[in-house]
Amino acid sequence: MSTAVERALPPGPAIAARHPLFIATGAVVAAGTMMVFGMLAVWFKFRDASPLREGRNAKMIHDWLPADLKIPEVATNTLAITMVIAAIMGQWAVYSATRKDSQHTTLALFITGMIGIAAINAQVAIYKQMGAVLADGAYQTMFFTITGTVVALMCSGVAFSFVAAFRVLGGRVADRAVVTAHAMYWYFITTAFIAMWFVVYVQK
Amino acid sequence: MTTVNMPSTTGAAMPTSSGFLGAVAAWLTTTDHRRIGRLFMGFSVLWVLSIVVVNAILGFERIDSASIAINEGALPQLFAASRTLASFGVLIPLTLGLAIAVVPTQVGARSIMFARNATFGFYLWLFGTAVVVGSLIANGGPGGGSATMVDLYLLGLATTMLGLVVASISVIATVITARTAGTDLADIPVFSWAALIGAVSTVMTLPVALGTLIYVAVDHQYVKVAFGGNTEISTWLGWAMTQPQTFLYVIPVVGVLAELAPAVARKAQPLRGGVFVGIGLMSVALFGSVSQNIHDFEWSGTVSDKVQSFVPYAMFNLLPLLGMVVVLGLALLALRSDTLKITPAFIPVFLGGGMILTALLGNAVQLLSSAQLAGTVFEEGVLHYTTYGAVLVLWGAVAHWSTQLWGRELPAQAVIGLGVLGFAGTVLAALPMYIAGFADQQAEVVADFTYGGPTGLWNSASTIGHALMALCVVAGVATATRSITASASTGVAQ
Repeated sequence: MSTAVERALPPGPAIAARHPLFIATGAVVAAGTMMVFGMLAVWFKFRDASPLREGRNAKMIHDWLPADLKIPEVATNTLAITMVIAAIMGQWAVYSATRKDSQHTTLALFITGMIGIAAINAQVAIYKQMGAVLADGAYQTMFFTITGTVVALMCSGVAFSFVAAFRVLGGRVADRAVVTAHAMYWYFITTAFIAMWFVVYVQK
Repeated sequence: MTTVNMPSTTGAAMPTSSGFLGAVAAWLTTTDHRRIGRLFMGFSVLWVLSIVVVNAILGFERIDSASIAINEGALPQLFAASRTLASFGVLIPLTLGLAIAVVPTQVGARSIMFARNATFGFYLWLFGTAVVVGSLIANGGPGGGSATMVDLYLLGLATTMLGLVVASISVIATVITARTAGTDLADIPVFSWAALIGAVSTVMTLPVALGTLIYVAVDHQYVKVAFGGNTEISTWLGWAMTQPQTFLYVIPVVGVLAELAPAVARKAQPLRGGVFVGIGLMSVALFGSVSQNIHDFEWSGTVSDKVQSFVPYAMFNLLPLLGMVVVLGLALLALRSDTLKITPAFIPVFLGGGMILTALLGNAVQLLSSAQLAGTVFEEGVLHYTTYGAVLVLWGAVAHWSTQLWGRELPAQAVIGLGVLGFAGTVLAALPMYIAGFADQQAEVVADFTYGGPTGLWNSASTIGHALMALCVVAGVATATRSITASASTGVAQ
């Protein structure tokens, strides 16, 4: 005679571990990536359409960056490194949250936010060093538009960092989803910035 | 796989509101997916009516190409209103609204994920479209005479796009993360799959348009050099309001057709995976539109030139068509059933699906350079087929899910009658544009055009078609309002 346990139906499928915030942030990141890369594509289009002139080493280059504008390369390269560190700090927050270490999670999130603020400050300093005026021509308009868009993304990242930090401070250290989504968002901002940095500040 | 259609618990959990103000407040701050969906659809219908009236006015103006009855300066705004609202006021929000209302119950979710996010998306969209319409009325938009209103148009368009992307993210999160435990993504109802593909397409393409729009807006505000000022807005952003991009907006509509066919046949969908693949194929248009180029097929030059021209043309224009053919073919296969019982809702859905197929075929023909249809009204015909076809399908969808949406069925005669009338209106509005396109009638022009053919006949027929559609929309709204009011008076939860 079979027992009740033997007659019982097999257990239902295990509930899939789904992460709505992670997926939603992924969708935001996808949208943001399409936007930034779409803007870079338009940048390429304009740069390729610009006339050719003789540059250094007698090479023919596109006359896109106005001759009177100089990119402050030290500042821009430092900014690129700073952005990478912001992403690492975001990942440190995830590492700490996984271990339910609220002190380090909060610290990492605050550092990420502060690095974001520093990056915005650096970008403003670059504007001042360059001395470009938005209404001076096509290059200037597009330069301020694309870098301004990335700065706006940085601002949203800073807000995200502080919201996540205050949630952890409020005792929600076990709620890892927000910290993970935050890290993903900073990876996106860093990627977007690096792409923009390479095209606008390095390739010019 | 059968449709889950679990009743949503969110509506029942909502606090009951007393009095008119309480009811309004409950609607304005709602987190009930059915209400958010109905808000999207309800206000979209307002824009459907607007574009149908605008199209009728433009059609009427074209009957006599020798004179203009309305203010000539208003023509750019009327054309811009027709095009902008067709995409951002009708196609995306109508389909998105239906998805928000229906998808959670289909996948067995308690509600839409991030419901406040979806409501926020609705308000962004509503505010954005209202600003767009307001700016167009005040001489803004592409080619507008008032620089401030042109800026306002761009701001409104950006807000509209943001709202649609925000709400689409809720749909994506719902389908991916809120399915009943044990339900695989391949097991979800076809409409939910189409809603997911449609939402992903929106999220992937509209930000590209948004990025370009930011450039255009900044340039227009400060320099007006790089992006050509107000006259070139359509050059930069037009791709988001024409084919093949508009086909991405109607992917959920195709899902409705695929969902209803086995339902009326009362049997499982044969080759269900094929339907999923067909819907996925339609989204290939995504890659074509984000490249912001027209991929036409030019039959000239060497074999290599022809191949280079044909491959992108086929990928971005023929593959979506193939996807639609696959879905429609499998729907017809499902309909070969002894247990077939056509429901009233299926009639407008089937007819509307046929209109969208005609639009896809038209787009494929239009982009053959040897057909010489570029710059003619043929493209307007394709857009009319797409927009009105989608409206027809959504009328059928609302009829099909009306009990779920507001607890009462729509009258069968009205559903069938308006479906057939809408079909006649769509064909009358769009088919003459196909014919006039072959006769070289210029696009976005209402006067000073001549060609060998009955100019007045084609444009009169098209005007009558738009007028018929206007009649259908008004009658449809009246029918739905009566049904909703009746269900409210009988105490069915709203």
